[in-house]
Amino acid sequence: MKKLINDPKNVVDEAARGIEAAHGDLVDVFYDPIYIVRKGAPVQGKVALVSGGGSGHEPLHGGFVGFGMLDAAVPGPVFTSPTPDPIVAATKAVDGGAGVLHIVKNYTGDVLNFETAADLASADDIEVRSVIINDDVAVKDSLYTAGRRGVAGTVLVEKIAGASAERLDDLETVTRIAQKVNDQTRSMGVALTPCVVPHAGEPSFTLADDEIEIGIGIHGEPGRERIKLEPADAIVDRLLGPILEDLPFASGDKVLLFVNGMGGTPQIELYIVFRRAAEVLKEKGVEVTRSLVGNFVTSLEMQGASITVLKLDDELTELWDAPVQTAALRWGR
Amino acid sequence: MSLGIDWVTEWIRESARVIADHRVELITLDREIGDGDHGENLDRGFSAVIQKLGDLPEGALPGDALKLVATTLISTVGGASGPLVGTAYLKAAGAVGKAEQLDGAAVVALLTAARDGVVLRGKAEVGDKTMIDAWTPAVDAAAAALADGADEAGILAAAADAAEQGAKATEPLVARKGRASYLGERAIGHRDPGSQSSALILRAASDAAAGTSGTGSGSSAPDAS
Repeated sequence: MKKLINDPKNVVDEAARGIEAAHGDLVDVFYDPIYIVRKGAPVQGKVALVSGGGSGHEPLHGGFVGFGMLDAAVPGPVFTSPTPDPIVAATKAVDGGAGVLHIVKNYTGDVLNFETAADLASADDIEVRSVIINDDVAVKDSLYTAGRRGVAGTVLVEKIAGASAERLDDLETVTRIAQKVNDQTRSMGVALTPCVVPHAGEPSFTLADDEIEIGIGIHGEPGRERIKLEPADAIVDRLLGPILEDLPFASGDKVLLFVNGMGGTPQIELYIVFRRAAEVLKEKGVEVTRSLVGNFVTSLEMQGASITVLKLDDELTELWDAPVQTAALRWGR
Repeated sequence: MSLGIDWVTEWIRESARVIADHRVELITLDREIGDGDHGENLDRGFSAVIQKLGDLPEGALPGDALKLVATTLISTVGGASGPLVGTAYLKAAGAVGKAEQLDGAAVVALLTAARDGVVLRGKAEVGDKTMIDAWTPAVDAAAAALADGADEAGILAAAADAAEQGAKATEPLVARKGRASYLGERAIGHRDPGSQSSALILRAASDAAAGTSGTGSGSSAPDAS
């Protein structure tokens, strides 16, 4: 393992201190328990958005705390969901009296801990709603698995629901919009290499030099099949096919196309992927009206990418375009 | 002979010891079919429990100690295993209530409640390749041992043996819950790490009752006399 760390035990804490030092104009960081809140929180009368999960997916979620997006992020240990305590503490810290929406990726640990935290916060008279993000089409049959995972689409939910909250929509509306984004979002990813979790010190799975894993989750855990390396366009077609079949997206649809890097893939390759994905969508008569390319939901240093397609309408487009000011996403302000 | 607070605290200490000893093994099992944090997470949780054990007041009851384990694990472990194992101890604490001493029937009730707690949280069934595959045979074996007239140590030894077999029996299964479920048939041939840690914890309970904990014997209990 070759990493820029001091001690595997201090990785999350030291990264949070770095976030505090770098983005002190946007966020405040609390320790013991650890959580990151938007500067000036709570915003009275505004629905607060709280998300979180295992660390190792940066900039998710700490990078998305700020105006127009999250009010708080709760980082767990690397690839391990946070416990209920910091989630409850963050929920209380950002509640501005209009209720709190928990945005939870569908991983068993995240769901269980956020569920417990929501119960505890509700017992303290905070109104909490939850939306479970499950945009990953790689998981075929939810009857025989823990269900579709929440992957890169989480960022789109956080941005669009965040804009809804920022214009002071009520909790019911913000929840409805978050759910709508989730329902209209589909993603699928590929890994070219594994990653190394600091405390384990060894790759979290193994891939031969000429092998890739199709349908990964954001920890590199598999979903569909392991195949020999192919040219980028062929891989894009493998990822996009199941996405387009699933919703289904139809000719005439307007979509947001999001190509996300898993941490170890350079931007130049992400643009090669975007190019092909846009081409395929155009062939199907699907119009890409909004786009996002970059490393937003990563898996440590894993090489790979995911493709996410969100079906847009006027309401979602307007909220996507609304100003946002966070460490990792900023426009219009 | 019945079991009291000394057994519960020794069970906890022995659990912490075996989880620490098997930390790397559990990480490896989890890396094969999950994400590789199970040993790390449980070790962090049980280390925290050991630190808090000294806070138990004089005259604490078995239920108090079990509840301490539950709240500490839930608030330190995270992931799926924190709520699952934590809930097991929480329900176990509820089942023993204010009892000072646990007879065989109380031990079976404790184990049953713990198992039911895991089922409630995780919504898994036997055969899903989860910790339930260790817990349920353990509960069944404990109940059978009670019916056969075994004492508390004998009941726990039967439970520990069955849990170990149950953990081994997860190897040929396809996972239907948790991270491993995404592997499909590729999970076959790998032991579920949650079932393995459950077997270790139940063996610790048995060793604590038999007075063999810390000796590394880890085998069946001698006659309690």
